[in-house]
Amino acid sequence: MPHDHDHGDHDNHLDPMDARVRALETILVRKGLIDPAAVDAIIDTYANKVGPRNGAQVVARAWTDPEFAAWLARDATAAIADMGFTGRQGEHMQAVFNTPDQHNVIVCTLCSCYPWSVLGLPPVWYKSPAYRARVVIEPRAVLAEFGLTLPVSTRIRVWDSTAELRYLVVPMRPEGTEGMDLTALADLVTREAMVGTGLPRLPA
Amino acid sequence: MNGPHDLGGRMGFGPIPLEADEPIFHADWEARALGITLTCGALGHWTLDESRHARESLPPAVYYSASYYEIWERALEALLLRHALVTEDELARGQAAAGEAHPRRLPAARVPAVLASGGPTDRPVATPARFQPGDRVRARLMHPKTHTRMPGYLTGRPGVIEADRGGFVLPDSNAHGGGENPERLYTVVFEAARVWGQGAEPGVTISADLWESYLEPA
Repeated sequence: MPHDHDHGDHDNHLDPMDARVRALETILVRKGLIDPAAVDAIIDTYANKVGPRNGAQVVARAWTDPEFAAWLARDATAAIADMGFTGRQGEHMQAVFNTPDQHNVIVCTLCSCYPWSVLGLPPVWYKSPAYRARVVIEPRAVLAEFGLTLPVSTRIRVWDSTAELRYLVVPMRPEGTEGMDLTALADLVTREAMVGTGLPRLPA
Repeated sequence: MNGPHDLGGRMGFGPIPLEADEPIFHADWEARALGITLTCGALGHWTLDESRHARESLPPAVYYSASYYEIWERALEALLLRHALVTEDELARGQAAAGEAHPRRLPAARVPAVLASGGPTDRPVATPARFQPGDRVRARLMHPKTHTRMPGYLTGRPGVIEADRGGFVLPDSNAHGGGENPERLYTVVFEAARVWGQGAEPGVTISADLWESYLEPA
């Protein structure tokens, strides 16, 4: 029930979804269908452990280790698992590499499929009807809203995640990053760069 | 089904809702909705394909006005009712009598292993590949009333096979209790101009991963 326990977020008490989800969880726990501690553990995983820093480490390693990059291109699931990133919504991975000629962008027009094991949970924009509807018909206009304007000579490939393959964009390594270590390189790799709606940050 | 979820190419949804420093969850209930959806999925009464179908079966007005996690929560209620795990009365009252633990209730200790292993959907397929990379194909013109992963904007369009991904569970069957019926999956590339016609943005290709029965030679 809404007032039985305090999760410390007062605003949520005004939200009908808050009451609805609490009621459903109460029913499920009472009926022996779920363990609330398992719910806590799932939330902790995606709030604190699995997120876009995973993918950034994969990209930084691909930038610095040609053998790893070749493995990532050939068998992304195995190459990414080698770094310890496996599991739900990352069972079948494909890495797609940006080049000067082709820029890659990922979407799931039918739901919001996203490579959780390397990027964590998807942001609101990725799940929005606007992104899912528009990026396949006007990708250049959509990228411009993200502040990314590509030359007309750069082809755009939009990957619609209609099956269980999950895609990770490997952006091009920015100039001026020679000699930077893996940690510093990974810090340049944003979530948007790995979905294809952005580019890596430039070194300070 | 070409329900409210089948969004590719639709117009009128406005600008992309960008948010600086976006939190992982916007409210506590979103996190709980994620957690209870995954723990209920672990009970094994339905497949991921069936849960996708439950989400896309929400009435369009509900689907478009609901956030992602609200869609998940509403679909979860529908699945729990369909599989007789909860009753309408329990949902209406927000209460239920105590029951014994389900034999497949997910214990917290198993969560890391379950999330780390996931649920691979690749399956062996004995039949030879009908298509080879480079083959010209057409996404079949099809509008099934049941679950499919053929997007409406690609049905009937010509494309080229780029890769044979091997066998995968067929969602069209698996979503409705019809078994996995694995089929070969292909990455198919479409020229934007052949999908959208006049006015398509220049230099754009779109790919989708489509099952063998979704395709025909062109």
